[in-house]
Amino acid sequence: MLRWASHSLIFLLAAPILLGTFIASLPAFGYFPPLGSSDFSVEAWRKLFDVPGLTRSVLISLISGVLTPLISLTLVFLYLASATGSKLDLWIRRLVSPLLSFPHAAAAFGLAFLIAPSGLFSRIISSGLTGWERPPDILIVNDTWGLSLLFGLIVKEVPFLLLMSLAALPQLQPRYRIEVARTLGYRPTIAWLKVIAPSLYPLVRLPVIAVIVFASATVDVALILGPTLPPTLSVRVLSWFNDPDLNLRFLAAAGSLLQLVVSLIAVAIWLVLEKLVGLLWRFWLAAGNRNTGESLAFVIGRGAMPTVLMVIAGSLLALLTNAFAGPWRFPSAAPSSWTIQHWANSLSDLSAPLFNTVLISVSSTLLALILVAATLESERQSGKGKSTVMWLLYLPLLIPQIVFLFGIIVLTEFAGWQANLSLVIFGHLLFVLPYVFLSFSEAYRQLDPRWTQVASTLGASQLKSFWQIRIPLLLAPILTALAIGMAISISLFLPTQLLGAGRITTITTEAVALTSGASRNLISVWAIVQLSLPIVGFMMALFIPKFIWRNRSGMIDTR
Amino acid sequence: MSNSVLDLKDVRLSLTGKQLLEIDCSVGPGEILTVMGPSGSGKSSLLAYIAGFLAPVFESSGSVLVNGVDICSLAAENRRIGLLFQDPLLFPHLSVAGNLRFAMLSNAKQKSQAISEGLNDIGLAGFDDRDPGTLSGGQASRIALLRLLLSGPNAVLLDEPFSKLDTQLREETRTLVFDKLRASGLPTILVTHDQADAEQAGGEIRTLL
Amino acid sequence: MAQLRPSSPLIRIFLLFVLLPHSSLTTAQAIDVADWSALKQQARGQTVYFNAWGGEPRINSYLNWVAQTLEQRFDINLQHVKVADTGETVSKIVAERQAGNDTNGSIDLLWVNGENFAALKQNKLLFGPWAEEQPNFSLVNADRFPEMREDFTVPTDGLESPWTRSQLVFYHDSQWLVEPPQTIAAILDWSTSNPGEFTYPRPPAFLGSTFLKQAVLEISNNDPALFAPVTDDEFQRVTTALWDYLDALHPTLLRAGRYFPNSAAELRRLMGDGEISLALAFNPNEALLSVRTGELPDTVRTYVLQGGTIGNVSFLAIPYNAQHKAAAMITANFLLSIEAQARASDPNHMGSTTVISIEDLDASARQQFDSVSTDLAAASLEELSRKLQEPHPSWTPALERAWIQRYSAR
Repeated sequence: MLRWASHSLIFLLAAPILLGTFIASLPAFGYFPPLGSSDFSVEAWRKLFDVPGLTRSVLISLISGVLTPLISLTLVFLYLASATGSKLDLWIRRLVSPLLSFPHAAAAFGLAFLIAPSGLFSRIISSGLTGWERPPDILIVNDTWGLSLLFGLIVKEVPFLLLMSLAALPQLQPRYRIEVARTLGYRPTIAWLKVIAPSLYPLVRLPVIAVIVFASATVDVALILGPTLPPTLSVRVLSWFNDPDLNLRFLAAAGSLLQLVVSLIAVAIWLVLEKLVGLLWRFWLAAGNRNTGESLAFVIGRGAMPTVLMVIAGSLLALLTNAFAGPWRFPSAAPSSWTIQHWANSLSDLSAPLFNTVLISVSSTLLALILVAATLESERQSGKGKSTVMWLLYLPLLIPQIVFLFGIIVLTEFAGWQANLSLVIFGHLLFVLPYVFLSFSEAYRQLDPRWTQVASTLGASQLKSFWQIRIPLLLAPILTALAIGMAISISLFLPTQLLGAGRITTITTEAVALTSGASRNLISVWAIVQLSLPIVGFMMALFIPKFIWRNRSGMIDTR
Repeated sequence: MSNSVLDLKDVRLSLTGKQLLEIDCSVGPGEILTVMGPSGSGKSSLLAYIAGFLAPVFESSGSVLVNGVDICSLAAENRRIGLLFQDPLLFPHLSVAGNLRFAMLSNAKQKSQAISEGLNDIGLAGFDDRDPGTLSGGQASRIALLRLLLSGPNAVLLDEPFSKLDTQLREETRTLVFDKLRASGLPTILVTHDQADAEQAGGEIRTLL
Repeated sequence: MAQLRPSSPLIRIFLLFVLLPHSSLTTAQAIDVADWSALKQQARGQTVYFNAWGGEPRINSYLNWVAQTLEQRFDINLQHVKVADTGETVSKIVAERQAGNDTNGSIDLLWVNGENFAALKQNKLLFGPWAEEQPNFSLVNADRFPEMREDFTVPTDGLESPWTRSQLVFYHDSQWLVEPPQTIAAILDWSTSNPGEFTYPRPPAFLGSTFLKQAVLEISNNDPALFAPVTDDEFQRVTTALWDYLDALHPTLLRAGRYFPNSAAELRRLMGDGEISLALAFNPNEALLSVRTGELPDTVRTYVLQGGTIGNVSFLAIPYNAQHKAAAMITANFLLSIEAQARASDPNHMGSTTVISIEDLDASARQQFDSVSTDLAAASLEELSRKLQEPHPSWTPALERAWIQRYSAR
């Protein structure tokens, strides 16, 4: 039973994704029976390369794909180098996890409302500092070369990479190494960069690649912040896919394959860069200088994280003010009055998507948790070490969503299935699984084995000790994994949009649909609802154990 | 009152080809066999082998017989062998009574009564609903013993259970544990590096090298 | 998409996991469009899936009210299926026909006009004729207003029922722009001397396409080729001057034409923020509605170009395979009623323009429509009477495609 569950985990992860990627390619070459076409042809590719502005779209996707992790990782490493152990660091570490739960779409909206010519930042500095009575005619959000997009992606990925680095650091014994380096005369920031960074990088390589893929193929963030003339490749593929003219499906298929290629190229470029930097680093290490660049690295490093945090805080502020703003003329720094009218207006529209969002996130996360727990327990009982499931886990993060999701849809259309809730939940499961596994596995594996041993000696079967001892002892990590899984599910856009055929609405799909039309106030209301949901999850993860174990002092310490 | 006999016949444990220990002995009802040796000599591994959760990385041979029945083929939970660790390991999420109830067989009659009587017996009457996290070291050790006894084992293993207690508590607890075990007629193997423990146990002493 | 009144969560769960997705409880019933009381009976208890554009919150709220009223009076459950583009609905109906689904269509009623209607009519995908049998049809006085029977030059043949009127209007913020340009050519002149003050939504957004049509009508001087089906040669000939115009206009627009807003709502927002001083809309009351909600400052004025602007009627149609035709017709008839039209035209609710012929009503009925005309921000009735006819529907997609081809990559 247990083995079955853990094997199905692997099957569930790998099969649809690989199958989907393969199947997505079929319409690209003319094979799509539902439309009556089953001859091999490269017509779709001819049409694809005729599309105006394709080169620019591809370039923008490629550039975001490479620059986002480059800049984000640099900032993270510089921060770690300059601030580890300081008071600043203590604060940052507490904030990082919750920051991750800030869904992409909400963060992108907040940023847009912050930096736009008529945004919060502009209003604060006008007309006093700038003398502007009307917003300047500058193309900031949706700029042609995707700089806003890059900015938005960096702000989102820095906390992610920081968290991944923090998780990997302990095994390197950083404090010890730094001390040794400092006794050899190296200034602290330089020391970290020379002594820790080279060992840390390989441990975070996988998350970095996930960032590359996400940045080069994101749809929701690109819709909100990215260029429009022309949009990024992934946005165009989505619009071809959604086009009422079903013949554009072939174009969409070819486009999604192109997207896969683009992401792979971005990864390849990165790997080349990696080698180059590796070489340079070795020279730098061997050169032996202990001081140069210390101050610069220090300043950037210490400044990076607070800046990112301020941007995120600013985005949040922009959302909050817009959600409760009455009439607000530029250049006033604050609305002339406050109102809850926007909330009242949205109430009835919110109920169905909210219900779906909660249903989908809870279902997919619970399923994920069950599968993960079964896998971990099976692993524990068989006594074997960690299986090679690890890299499979990252599959949904290593292949652009739009590629394999498209393939899954083509598969369902071949089979004549209707888009429905179960399919969407399955899609979410694919994405939630890696995160639930990552967050739960450590706690599970680290649980003192003696608990189960004691239980065995007391005659408890494996099942009894699993349910009555392991699970209760792991309540806090379980709730945390649930909260993380739900946060991921809540922020998903493309899986719901594609697998639900636009008929299943969640807070995120509705919010992104509003980009093209509604007022800032309405969008802010939706964005705030979107980002509040994960917070509820984390609050529960924090307080439920405290409540349940209120009379058990031995449990409060268990993390 | 139990009348069981615990036999270790030619038990050998090795790690990566190197033999760790070899032992052959018999423990009668109410007897306490003390196994001593320096750290790393495999004492705890021996207990793990008997209880049924020896790590797969060890190679083992020989048989463990309880009343003549070889239990090596049984899963750990079916061996009916109690084990006291260094830490009391009372389940922190259950009350004292909860811990005790967990140990009792599902068809045991009148659990609450047995629990109250048991607690009374070890001088901790009324502790049923206490939070294990609030107990002192000595109290926790006693309850761990009670829990073990309530599970109705055929043999008992003690893995340096007194080493974390301070001197006075150590003596009290040790006396209580040995008295109870002798009275219950269970064959017991005690692993320790403390000479005083061995003397108090009053039984055969084997030293591993 | 989102529904008007979601059923309670428990029922939802039950439906999701217990019932099969393909359950169909309707039996084919004979529909006699002339027997209105029989239709009312048949309609009781039916659900109408009404596919209509969901991008405007006011429309959505208005349809909420309609749903409640239909429920109370006719026991009809109206579900507003929000679509981003009517083309999606057309595709769905086409797909259902291709799949052989002739009786269990997922759409009962749709809001449609122009090329979408033309496509549906041509492919015989609509139920009817039924529109002129409605008791309320006489209210539109189709004899006096032939546009009630004609959709972008294509006769409706009773396959669709009028619902709202629209007309392209321009509005400007009088604190930045006092004398707005009165012709398409004047817009270019003015925009050149005042760069960054104007823009229009990116085609194929409906309003953007309408701007293109208005421009090509004026520039080509109502060239007759525009009222006939488009051909490649005619298209080339007629639009050359249009592209010249746009090539000159775009660099003078907001963001130098490197970014176009996505919709009418975004255009409104740009004006509300003071980024532009001239904008356009397809609802003559749009500016006034926005002034009332505070979205736009009260210095905004609406006007119609000197030579007239494109106006049209939009309709409600019923797909040939609709499951709930009776209820759909009752719904359409109700939407055409004085009560529903009056409320729709009220700026506090939907702020649309009625299709009912107001002059033919008696005094008390007429009063219900009084909410708008004297507002400063609204265009006068006289201005609104300056109408241009819509080009043939085949021109719209052609113009859109060409625009996308030319201007998507700058």
